[in-house]
Amino acid sequence: MNAPESGGKVKTEFTVLGTTPMRQDGMEKVTGAARFGDDIHLPGMLHGKLLRSPHAHARIKSIDTRKAAAMKGVRAVITGADMPTLNAGIIAAGEGGEVNMQDIADNCMARDRVFYDGHVLAAVAADNPHIAEAACGLIEVEYELLEPVLNVHDAIKAGAPVLHEEYTPGAFLFPTQKALPNAGRLFLEHGDVDGALAACDFVVEREFSTKAVHQGYIEPHVTTAEWTSEETLTIHTSTQGAFAIRDFLASFMNMPLSKIKVIPMEIGGGFGGKDVVYIDSVAAVLARKSGRPVKIFMSRSEVLRGTGPSPETFIRVKMGCNKAGQLQAADIYLLYEAGAYPGGPIAPGTLCSLTRYNVPNVRLDGYDVFLNKPKMKPYRAPGATQSNFAAESTLADLAEKAGIDPIEMRLINALKPGDMMPMGFPCPPLGSIEMLNAIKTHPHYTAPLEGENRGRGIAYGFWFGAGLASSAEIRANSDGTVNLTTGSADLSGTRNTLGMQAAEQLGIDPALITTNVGDTDSVGYTFQSVGSRTTFATGIAVISACKKLIGEMARRAAMVWEVDAAEVVYAEGMFRLKGDADKRMTFGELCAKADHTGGPLLADASEFPEGVGFQIAANIVDVEVDPETGKVDILRFTALQDVGKAVHPDYVEGQMQGGSVQGIGWALNEEYVFDDQGRLSNPTLLDYRMPTALDVPNIDCTILETPNPGHPFGVRGVGEVPIVPPPAAIRDAIKNAVGIHLCELPMKPAVVLKAIRDQQGNS
Amino acid sequence: MHSFEFSTPTSVSEAVAMLAEQGANARILAGGTDLLIGMRAGRLQPGLVVDAKGIPELLEYQLGSDGLRLGAAVTCRTLYDDPGVVEGYPALIEAVSIIGGIPTQGRATVGGNLCNAAPSGDTIPALIALGAVATLIGPDGPRQLPVEAICLAPGRTALAANELLLSIHIPAPVANSGACYQRFIPRNEMDIAVASVGSSVVLSADGGTFESARIALGSVGPTPIFAQAAGALLAGQPVSDASLQQAADAAEAAATPINDMRGTIEQRKQLINVLTRRTLREAVSRAQA
Repeated sequence: MNAPESGGKVKTEFTVLGTTPMRQDGMEKVTGAARFGDDIHLPGMLHGKLLRSPHAHARIKSIDTRKAAAMKGVRAVITGADMPTLNAGIIAAGEGGEVNMQDIADNCMARDRVFYDGHVLAAVAADNPHIAEAACGLIEVEYELLEPVLNVHDAIKAGAPVLHEEYTPGAFLFPTQKALPNAGRLFLEHGDVDGALAACDFVVEREFSTKAVHQGYIEPHVTTAEWTSEETLTIHTSTQGAFAIRDFLASFMNMPLSKIKVIPMEIGGGFGGKDVVYIDSVAAVLARKSGRPVKIFMSRSEVLRGTGPSPETFIRVKMGCNKAGQLQAADIYLLYEAGAYPGGPIAPGTLCSLTRYNVPNVRLDGYDVFLNKPKMKPYRAPGATQSNFAAESTLADLAEKAGIDPIEMRLINALKPGDMMPMGFPCPPLGSIEMLNAIKTHPHYTAPLEGENRGRGIAYGFWFGAGLASSAEIRANSDGTVNLTTGSADLSGTRNTLGMQAAEQLGIDPALITTNVGDTDSVGYTFQSVGSRTTFATGIAVISACKKLIGEMARRAAMVWEVDAAEVVYAEGMFRLKGDADKRMTFGELCAKADHTGGPLLADASEFPEGVGFQIAANIVDVEVDPETGKVDILRFTALQDVGKAVHPDYVEGQMQGGSVQGIGWALNEEYVFDDQGRLSNPTLLDYRMPTALDVPNIDCTILETPNPGHPFGVRGVGEVPIVPPPAAIRDAIKNAVGIHLCELPMKPAVVLKAIRDQQGNS
Repeated sequence: MHSFEFSTPTSVSEAVAMLAEQGANARILAGGTDLLIGMRAGRLQPGLVVDAKGIPELLEYQLGSDGLRLGAAVTCRTLYDDPGVVEGYPALIEAVSIIGGIPTQGRATVGGNLCNAAPSGDTIPALIALGAVATLIGPDGPRQLPVEAICLAPGRTALAANELLLSIHIPAPVANSGACYQRFIPRNEMDIAVASVGSSVVLSADGGTFESARIALGSVGPTPIFAQAAGALLAGQPVSDASLQQAADAAEAAATPINDMRGTIEQRKQLINVLTRRTLREAVSRAQA
């Protein structure tokens, strides 16, 4: 990863940013008019269903599809043998990483081995989904069962079954190196860690374990593939990035990029889990074989079994400080599941364990461990929540041991702008001290907490975010309205936040701007809506396109006034001629003259911004623990976050609240449960327990604004970091309520109860 | 989902004839909130689904001086919408108002919950504690069984393949009695019991002594458990923390839970102890009110 660029002058006075106009797609969404992937119904369309492996690890000895193919209403049956052979190898993808295309292809459809329970190995297209499902049941597969590798400790033992004889180590955010037969490794070391630890006045060592959790987007994966000619493929899909789907399919099908059109539909959530192909390639091959459009729609259980959660982890932290509370050294060992293929979130997980603190002597030793579980995928600040839980909890216990106030402990050690980061560059502007001080004075923190078995906790979290490529195209219509198109899928109201940036830059009413999510034919390449990058990076492309449009319009005004373009100035929606108060035209008046000054008004821009503003967040949380049952109730929850500039404060609060709720679920109840053969035991939302409306209080939000110099308006990414601190904050609150030092997630009632009873037994 | 026949009989005799002909190939659909999930998952594949909601007799309920008689297809929502039922049978209301969410409660039935015979079925411990009796009907006419004799194993009941649950009768509460149902779930709604307890008590006129008590447990065995001994030992005992704790310990001893992803043996035994105490205390306070 590169150091963030410092950028130019940042605007601080706004007319549009900071207001809360109504969401452009709001009415459509609440009335049901919005069109999602499953609303696609094409003439002659078939329905595809997938056959998934019931075994976590097996060799496919044979697949007999004859009975399925012979069933009435079945139009095509495919297996790994029908999938094209890949030409391309390693390409850039994901949040600044690289992937092996063959791994993605094999994850969509196994060839000779299945690597996890739920791995797809055949598919059927039929006249309706029921026939397709029944036909899947007629496919006869002969498996040779292989020993499954089911946890990180077993996977790295000598003699463990090897998943991949050859592999490309994962590179998500930061590269890993080949290290073990079943693991890539990221190793960073500064200073003399062992010596410094030995010299510390206080040292705490803890071992943490966390379970895999799913993003839990409400809309399952859905796609429809249609060959509009022998050589042209159109995909309607639910995705965080249409171009990523197009690029994979082109490589996979060996087709030119220009012959594949991917149309992103309205999306019902993604959180990192919808930035990759699962079913689009399968639908495309079924459609080609059947000669008909094919839709595939996953069930909830398929989503939980077959798509990638955030990994289970084991993290050991040893951390020491001197009497003054200054951290002297940290030694962190992390085992993160990669799942069936390399490339889990080990790198950001490793780096984010400590990036918010100054620690002079550091050893970070992270492993990306392959085992027989689904390929792990990004989930909102990928990897950071797990390592934050481990490091932040250790820090809290260290402060307790050293007798130092938990906020003072963090203030003493907080990374400040200009401090050197473990990646080897200085920290850009960041409101770390302001945020920690804001906790101290927050009315929640200063309010008394009364009652038995109640406790208050805090935690502080960090996340990088991403820049990467974005494109925007803007058109000014003859009536003064504006159409803005970008390549960014809108997961969270970004049509508004991008349109508002355009309105700010153009000096016009945001209601005049209609913002669209373009398909891959209609706008320039844009990286996925991931890494909290859309409002930041696509926003920069929008601002650039607006500047070009104004430049062109100034040229047109100059033509009207028969002056040199340099004589025209534009401000607050008005073109003026320097030195002549009578020569003025509004934005709309000039739009009406487009046909007489050279034709339609449009501009486009693409950007690859490097000035990513890092994200920090903190929580204050009050809990009540039932010591007889182990149940934890959250009484009060406050989220604080430095957002740079809140473009639309309501959406910012929505992100803070949504991320907090996901963090609460991760902390208290969500977990993947596998049986001893590696089969997922809880692939339903009954037993995969996400929080309900009755499980979370109102999340109170405090927005802090330290401008990011890498964006003209000071914007930072917002979406990801809110999920990072909640588990550590809740663990801290439980500790303060009943005195137990939990080291595992989820902190479900059985775990809390056991810890309370163990403590009673020991005292 | 597999393909199947669907029929909507309009009388009990018509439904009984269908069951007699189809036997185990047929399944009754009352609310369908368990049946459809089982069919969608492929666990249940009946060739014939018999809709109970077209049979007027099964949709009726009578609240009278002899108690509450529920047709087998009366929904949870119907019950908690009736102020008389809410007033007279709070333990039953506590059970029916936590089964699924509101849309589910508009479909789901007490009869279906009983016939589904899940160890965690929320109404079953409440019905057992309340001394409810089920009326079954088959080709040879009706017969009666106490609710605690209905569930034999997970998903398996004492109903013969050609029998239908006609109704459930809950006796009217006697003087100085009270009942309560509570379950433990990791979240606060929309969940399945890790452990649950239904308790009912009859106190002396002065409210200081137990005359009798019934305690039933959920999710801690292959079926809901009637912890008869735990209730019986309260008879004649004074109402006190000590007597409640004795009953709670006996209930815990009657529990035979397993370890699974929803809970551990240790946790479930502890929960039975806690919930027995808590439900008894609430039942006593209702009896004393």
